[in-house]
Amino acid sequence: MKLTGAQILIHMIKAQGVDTIFGYPGGATIDIHDEILKHDDLRHVLVRHEQGAVHMADAYARTHKTTGVALVTSGPGATNAVTGLASAHCDSIPIVVFTGQVPTGLIGNDAFQEVDIVGITRPCTKHNYLVKDPSKLAEIIQEAFFIAGSGRPGPVLVDLPKDVVQAIIDFQMPGPVKMNTYKPNYKPNKKQMTTAVKMIKEARRPVMFAGGGVILSGASQEFTRIAKFANLPVTASLMGLGAFPGSDANWLGMLGMHGTYRANMSIGHSDLIFAAGVRFDDRVTGNLEKFAPDAKVIQIDIDPTSIHKNVEVDCPIVGDCKMALADIAGLMEKEAPENFMKDREAWLNRINEWKQLTPLKYDQSFDTIKPQYVVEKLYEITKGNAIVTTEVGQNQMWAAQYYHFEKPNHFITSGGLGVMGFGLPAAIGAKAGAPDKLVVCVAGDGSIQMNSQELMTAVAEKLDVKIVILNNRYLGMVRQWQELFYNKVYADTNMEAQPDFVKLADAYGATGFRCDDPAKVTQTLEMGLNTPGTVIMEFIVEREESVYPMVPAGGAITDMLLV
Amino acid sequence: METNRYILSILVDNEPGVLSRISGLFSGRGFNIDSLSVAKTADPRVSVITMVTFCDAHIIEQIKKQLHKLINVITVNDLTQKEYVERELALIKVHAKTEKRAEIMRMVDIFRSKIVDVGASHFIVEVSGDSGKINAFVELMKPMGIVEIASTGTIALGRENGK
Ligand SMILES: Cc1ncc(C[n+]2csc(CCOP(=O)(O)OP(=O)(O)O)c2C)c(N)n1
Ligand SMILES: [Mg+2]
Repeated sequence: MKLTGAQILIHMIKAQGVDTIFGYPGGATIDIHDEILKHDDLRHVLVRHEQGAVHMADAYARTHKTTGVALVTSGPGATNAVTGLASAHCDSIPIVVFTGQVPTGLIGNDAFQEVDIVGITRPCTKHNYLVKDPSKLAEIIQEAFFIAGSGRPGPVLVDLPKDVVQAIIDFQMPGPVKMNTYKPNYKPNKKQMTTAVKMIKEARRPVMFAGGGVILSGASQEFTRIAKFANLPVTASLMGLGAFPGSDANWLGMLGMHGTYRANMSIGHSDLIFAAGVRFDDRVTGNLEKFAPDAKVIQIDIDPTSIHKNVEVDCPIVGDCKMALADIAGLMEKEAPENFMKDREAWLNRINEWKQLTPLKYDQSFDTIKPQYVVEKLYEITKGNAIVTTEVGQNQMWAAQYYHFEKPNHFITSGGLGVMGFGLPAAIGAKAGAPDKLVVCVAGDGSIQMNSQELMTAVAEKLDVKIVILNNRYLGMVRQWQELFYNKVYADTNMEAQPDFVKLADAYGATGFRCDDPAKVTQTLEMGLNTPGTVIMEFIVEREESVYPMVPAGGAITDMLLV
Repeated sequence: METNRYILSILVDNEPGVLSRISGLFSGRGFNIDSLSVAKTADPRVSVITMVTFCDAHIIEQIKKQLHKLINVITVNDLTQKEYVERELALIKVHAKTEKRAEIMRMVDIFRSKIVDVGASHFIVEVSGDSGKINAFVELMKPMGIVEIASTGTIALGRENGK
């Protein structure tokens, strides 16, 4: 069958079960957009900035549970996509970004809108391709999707010269991908798992620790099954929130720099950390020398480079979290649960004391709105069922602390890279992937301005999202560091010069509400959430509120600043 | 931790950009490259990269895993874990004044190296061996006046059967 490069591209994308592409056209990609138009079953969401397209694809991947796809033009279109790729790379999110490129004959000539995007994105993609030979196009696209979605997932970029897209090619659907250089190992080692079970049995102060890998591999059920069977206390990294129900009695709260006191103390005093799908990043471990000095570590990860990287691991299990956890659960369930609970009561009592001593809390106020209160109310009103995306900074941490995530893929954040400007496009992408869900973006006044142009995308595409701005008129998280570690010199963090967010909503054809009265928070949220279309709810919050508890960077996670 | 010298033999897809993926991995993660050599193998689709690096045991584990994670890397073989043979080849252009010629030729003999070019005022000497031998020879030639050196960097093979 003779097809154009563009036709092949669309055919291959649809074969992946992808129903939405996020993109922005340019000279190098017109043929592709022209082709998309002919397919009623493939939606194109026209963004207002390419960075937005990639964040949308990222969030879409998380809610739609397929790979996300973005399409941008050559040169500036491609460079605008870099931040989104880097974020997806840090968070191991499967996306494929197609970039237009100048015709092969012009590559290397400093042609108009030519950049070496394959060179630029090498360190921030899982892999990338420049397609030079049209006859390889189908095979490369298939490989790109395979690499993005398998093993430890990640972003893949495919650079498409205009002549390749226009070429007429004899097309055959390629067979299953066979690569002799890339064969992810899913099957965990039996012996290691037996060792793990033995270690859990011997532990007196065990803690389970979930990361983004549990969510990516769809292993929440298996993870929860083990925790409940053996009555194990559970914590998670930022990316792992929702892997275990936030309302469960075994839940300790998040671990790390802004984790709960009891989660940090539990890990700090544990004799066994049973970790799955985590990479022990510095925001979680604090000072490595002082991290969990008495703990043995079991670590399950699909990526061998995550094991032994920062923390010494006693029982490494390389493989898929879901498979490993299911097998371990099976092994444990052959025995009586009590076998795994020696001295458990003493340990749980101790944890409970930490909880009583310093629960997650803030001082309520009747004069100004506390940002934590807004998130708490949002949680109550939405019954914990919303998909919540965040911007970056204090808003992100308060969302993580006070919205108690019950289910996986409901907390969508730029965890590893911490990209301000992620939240709004992510909300739009999440909505496209899960149209029946309520999607709320918890935002800061600074971050929302980084991609606020995407309000137009939300409105035009009727991808209704609800945006809660916690407006402290500061780059709050940076201000917090200045307060604590820079003598309260608030250099360049004042954001008092800002748009009227209600009018901004109005200008884009969305609806805006503002609230500065603690007594009206619930009412404003209810009104905003019940208003059809895209809505901004702006809350004027306590300006100098800080996120606590906090581990100062480089400190031991058990040395927390509490208020 | 103690720093050691490691020689990695890395089989990779013979494709544009692969070397840059590998060198980018090293620079991006702050690993050091002491020497690097790339060559074809018997299979035209595969190249072999021989890389020498100095680091501790913890870092070499990360390096090996990270290399393995690159999509275009087929195998990573740490030759220093077993018996191996290593060689480096250097071409050294050295001033050869009439009164020094005999001495240079004597040293060339002792090192089992070769004079491969003779000019009015210089020799080019070809010397091969492990890097210790090459360094020793270079030290001896320095007083004669070295004009230029070109060297291959280390290449190495494991001694046992197979790869
Ligand atoms: C693109 C980008 N630039 C800069 C930063 C550094 N940074 C981290 S948090 C933060 C402040 C965010 O302010 P705002 O969105 O108002 O959130 P708040 O902390 O006040 O809730 C900044 C500037 C970043 N994470 N991302
Ligand atoms: Mg702010």
